[in-house]
Amino acid sequence: MTDADVRLVDMTLRDGMHAVDHQFTPEEMAEIASALDDAEMDVVEMSHGDGMGGSSINYGFAAADTGEYLDAVVPELTNTKLSVLLLPGIGTVEELDLAVDRGADMCRIATHVTEADVSAEHFEFVTDRGLEANGLLMLSHMASPETVLEQAQLMEEYGADAVYVMDSAGAMLPDDVRERVGLLADELSIEVGFHAHNNLGLGIGNTLAGIEAGATTVDGCLRGLGAGSGNAQMEVLVGVLKKAGYDVNPDFFGVMDAAEDVLVPMLTEDTMPELDNDSLVLGYAGVYSSFLRHTRRVGERFDLDPREILVELGDIGVVGGQEDMITDVAARMADDDEPTAAESESDD
Amino acid sequence: MPVDAAIVGPGNIGTDLMYKILDRSDSINLQRMIGIFPVEESEGLQAAVDEGIDVGTDGIDSVREYADEFDVVFEATSAKVHEQQAPVYQELGLFAIDLTPAAVGPYTVPAVNLDDVIDTEDNINMVTCGGQATIPLVHAVDRVADVEYAEMISTIASKSAGPGTRKNIDEFTQTTAAGLEDVGGADEGKAIIVLNPAEPPIMMRNTVYTKVPDTTDIEDVRDSVDDMEAEIQSYVPGYEVTLDPVVKDQDDVGFDLGDSIVVTTMLEVEGEGQYLPSYAGNLDIMTSAALGAAERIATQPAEANPIGGGIDD
Repeated sequence: MTDADVRLVDMTLRDGMHAVDHQFTPEEMAEIASALDDAEMDVVEMSHGDGMGGSSINYGFAAADTGEYLDAVVPELTNTKLSVLLLPGIGTVEELDLAVDRGADMCRIATHVTEADVSAEHFEFVTDRGLEANGLLMLSHMASPETVLEQAQLMEEYGADAVYVMDSAGAMLPDDVRERVGLLADELSIEVGFHAHNNLGLGIGNTLAGIEAGATTVDGCLRGLGAGSGNAQMEVLVGVLKKAGYDVNPDFFGVMDAAEDVLVPMLTEDTMPELDNDSLVLGYAGVYSSFLRHTRRVGERFDLDPREILVELGDIGVVGGQEDMITDVAARMADDDEPTAAESESDD
Repeated sequence: MPVDAAIVGPGNIGTDLMYKILDRSDSINLQRMIGIFPVEESEGLQAAVDEGIDVGTDGIDSVREYADEFDVVFEATSAKVHEQQAPVYQELGLFAIDLTPAAVGPYTVPAVNLDDVIDTEDNINMVTCGGQATIPLVHAVDRVADVEYAEMISTIASKSAGPGTRKNIDEFTQTTAAGLEDVGGADEGKAIIVLNPAEPPIMMRNTVYTKVPDTTDIEDVRDSVDDMEAEIQSYVPGYEVTLDPVVKDQDDVGFDLGDSIVVTTMLEVEGEGQYLPSYAGNLDIMTSAALGAAERIATQPAEANPIGGGIDD
């Protein structure tokens, strides 16, 4: 993949889109992409936070469409590769086709950790077009290491060049990461990746654990942008990996400058993720990180504590893409809170 | 006037449909179940034999052989097979109710447009399970407000998503989105499917979002959705609206809504559990919709009956 020990994938323009409600403009994307290219980032990923085709009422409409974003970002990248994301069931091969035509270098195909077999047609499409294809197993904390391996093997069979263990809820402890990444690294003949969220404060630590267990491609975002409390903070990751003796391509100061001089001025107090109470509960309850901002809005609407909604969502085992369940659960909780006629009368 | 029918394709869907017809249809005479394997190798044909239904084991050749026994064919094979067989049904003067994604004939949702297609067509397509569940609600909103955009999210239990759905999941989203527009009446449609592996398996649940002008009277929308729910329940007993239409405005979303509001409605479909488990409401609603369509054909006045071209019975 690269001649470095570990390949770094910056998803500021993809997972980072969750933090800004998918409202980066094409111009902002171009500026960030240009700064990352200057900093010699290995890969930049760009799309709606929920992948191409994710622009919707359920996940939020993006400020522009996929084609406009691609046309803005592609010319800014010289050596840095461009990745796009697709979640089968949300987007289709039509979006992959568009991305390939407009200059994407690789496509990442993400499924829930137990549902890899919905991705065969998408891997076939990407590999037929001669692009690198990576498979992402979302919410990997919800399945045993053996199940993660079985599903990763399906993606390998479909043509994946790498399979990622995705800690989409930021719910894993370092041992959970080691067990899953380690097993995949031992058993697969392709590369293994790891994707962290920082909901338990383990974004960098878990990524390091994943690399020690055999991951050779890992994800992060500038300033730790991203869903929930954000992903592994890219400039920190570069510094930590250099300090740990790994050979990585991106320029440390260049990545720091991209974060502080280019990204931060585009953010507000509201859009800069932090490890606050609500995002901590995501990690604790094992809920898909992008639920955070939707849950806050719904909590306000129904006058409920977002943490209560998140715990309930975790209990019923919602998976990525089920953002509509937030309203469902909140409406039921609000109904339960309403005093019944009998209770009202007894007060009289 | 009762209608004589055959089921082609004795898989999960075909077998469930057989039990539904036998359990609760007075107007459909199921004459034959047709497959391509010997009875001893086909669970569905065996079930038909056990119920005293005649069978055929030579696929389309069996259809030709017994064509004078029935006027309606339920196609429960695959899109590819239906594309090959549809011209044969037409040649034989059979009315085809297509439960595959082939869509040789127009998308048909019994509660919405059956009356429009039944007199002019001899092949109707049942869209997708998610389409049968959500298109009527989009239509219910569209008949009292202008739906600029409709979006549905269908969440089904992993266990109820068969290999066909999994291999070609794009077909589900593309076909359903087209149905939201063509039959539901939305200017633009989007469909999303999510598989959830939770145990015990979850019921099929769907969310319908419609974007409508902010001048829309939500009470009109609620009344229209209520009426539609009752209409669907007449042929899908396990259909239930679980969240009556609620409005989201600009404060509730993270994107610009302009002069529109979003109406959110949710529903669940519990299967009847004749053959498939009750959580598999996604399969149940397809067979129920197909049966509903056939029963409507049976109520057509004889002189207007389009079936069979030169029928002599």
